[in-house]
Amino acid sequence: MVDSKQQWKAWLYLSPAIVLLLIFTVWPIINTVRLAFLEGYNALEATWGATYNVGIGNFIEVLNYKDFLTCLKNTVLLTFLTVPLSTLLALLIAVALNSIKPLQKFLQTIFFLPYVTNSIAIGMVFAAMFNIIGLRPSGDVADSWGIINNIIMFFGGDPVNWINAQSSYAANMAVMTVYIVWNALPFKILILLGGLQSINKQYYDAARVDGTPRRRVFTRITVPLLSPMLAYVVITGFIGGFKEYSSIVGIFGEKMGPVGDPYSLNTMVGYIYEELPEMNYGVASAAALILFVIILIVTIINGWVSKKRVHF
Amino acid sequence: MRVVLQNLTKIFPSRNKKSNEEVVAVNDFTFEIPDGKLIGLLGPSGCGKSTTLYMISGLQKPTSGQILFGDEDVTDLPTEARGIGLVFQNYALYPHMTVKQNILFPLQNLKGADKLSKEEMMERAYNAAKLVQIEDLLDRKPSEMSGGQQQRVAIARALVKMPRVLLLDEPLSNLDARLRLQTREEIRRIQRETGITTIFVTHDQEEAMSISDMIVVMKLGVVQQIGAPQDVYDDPANLFVAKFLGTPPINVFEGTVRGEKLYLAEDCVMNVPGVADQDVFVGIRPEGFEVNPNGAMRCSLNNVEVMGRDASVVSEHPASVNPVVRSIIDSDIRLDLSNKNVSFSLKAHKVFLFNKDTEERIRFEVR
Repeated sequence: MVDSKQQWKAWLYLSPAIVLLLIFTVWPIINTVRLAFLEGYNALEATWGATYNVGIGNFIEVLNYKDFLTCLKNTVLLTFLTVPLSTLLALLIAVALNSIKPLQKFLQTIFFLPYVTNSIAIGMVFAAMFNIIGLRPSGDVADSWGIINNIIMFFGGDPVNWINAQSSYAANMAVMTVYIVWNALPFKILILLGGLQSINKQYYDAARVDGTPRRRVFTRITVPLLSPMLAYVVITGFIGGFKEYSSIVGIFGEKMGPVGDPYSLNTMVGYIYEELPEMNYGVASAAALILFVIILIVTIINGWVSKKRVHF
Repeated sequence: MRVVLQNLTKIFPSRNKKSNEEVVAVNDFTFEIPDGKLIGLLGPSGCGKSTTLYMISGLQKPTSGQILFGDEDVTDLPTEARGIGLVFQNYALYPHMTVKQNILFPLQNLKGADKLSKEEMMERAYNAAKLVQIEDLLDRKPSEMSGGQQQRVAIARALVKMPRVLLLDEPLSNLDARLRLQTREEIRRIQRETGITTIFVTHDQEEAMSISDMIVVMKLGVVQQIGAPQDVYDDPANLFVAKFLGTPPINVFEGTVRGEKLYLAEDCVMNVPGVADQDVFVGIRPEGFEVNPNGAMRCSLNNVEVMGRDASVVSEHPASVNPVVRSIIDSDIRLDLSNKNVSFSLKAHKVFLFNKDTEERIRFEVR
């Protein structure tokens, strides 16, 4: 413990951070909760001195909004598709990376690149790859195909309308899943690789002395010893998944859906952003609180499950 | 199982790419370990003892030379096919498994004809646990146990497969002093009960001397001396071995032999028949001194540390290499501390001469 006479020094050093946190984090949180319970709060009207009743009207409006269930469904579906998939892939890639010596640093860098690249930019590249409109070798714009459909056709498959007008919901979700998983891999690989490298090599020597088959080493030693890191990437993955927004903007643009079917891929955060330009801060705050409660519940469940499965 | 090491050599390539300095960790080690014995590989850190152990285990490949178990050449056999049990320095118990799961783990890997039924596995695991007296702790996790208990679990895990050879890497180094005494006797007992040829590595000479049937003293990859602990202690091959064995350590002096007489400073302390005139290192065991007012070896007295059974006399001598000379005498002998000087006569068989350059032993006749 710090000497009590010295404590004012500690507070002094902490004060810049505390002041900034109070202004830009704590107060906005309190304000969000306040606005969520002011029925029909509108920022523009409020500046003219309008007053509002306290109540749960904003929440009712959010739940009654016709696209609310679409947003919720998209968010949940994307999260539950991408988190397990990206975690599994990241685990396999991390184990593979950890077991090679030459090129390890080089490949590590390549796998990490998506992390330092802007997600909107990546989204635009993905949109081009999945597009069905492209350039003919002659140069004129025509119903040529993006690289993904080119690959499918090269192997003799039929081209798929992934993201353009009249594309199916399943095709849209498939593209989103591929994109989000690809985008989520670097961070997970980094964490899991770090975890793998901190596992004492003697456990593997001990397993070798006992003639343990590789598969059993993986399932009985590597995965359990990595479980704290796995729990971490799964929990942060779920939290990130429920906040999914920019990836959809990256591929489908601000209209959050293919041409002719706007907002069909809207998410919870997308919905909150949608309300903001209208100055409907009360409704947006209520939606944000609902999202917060959903994330809280999922995280508690995650923590509860990992307590049973994580071995430290 | 008899273990034979033939010209075993391990060379590690240089880590630094610029210099091509290789590290010879083990240099031309030849030794036959008789069946059912407890062998201590002893030496300071970096002497190649652990490398030797890991080569026997198969976790490291020798650069040249051969390893035989009985008449079978196992040099190119992978670790798992050698039938060894290995206890790691930090035990390497799987932290997420209970004691029972840890001990069962090697058995669950057995395949084909060796495959055991669940009941057989449990029985073998229980017997191994009982041998090391941890049968009441089977459902604990390693983190819930003391270091000594973890050590026992590690030994049980190594023994449960009934290995041909048991290897222990610094088995006592992570235990506190009291537990160390207890555990080393335990290792001795387990080795006797199972009769498995056991090789262990240690840097603690007391540990090696106390339980080994034979010790191998190594330095910088080269074997210095092999023998029963008492024989090596009583008859060291060179100055290094003499200095490495024994607590308190041997006292080393710079001396001169002239006319078959040994001189320390200007005192002629004893006769050394058959030794040519030369400068020598003289090693005298602490128990090689006898207080004798007419003794030839005159020291200035510093202090006497009484330890009950015997007393340790701390004194100074001009020819001593170490700052002080430590001798062990019977505690019945009272020394007058006000007297600044003390004289000793020497027990000839506790005095060793070594060549000043090669540090090899120079033998003389003890009458």
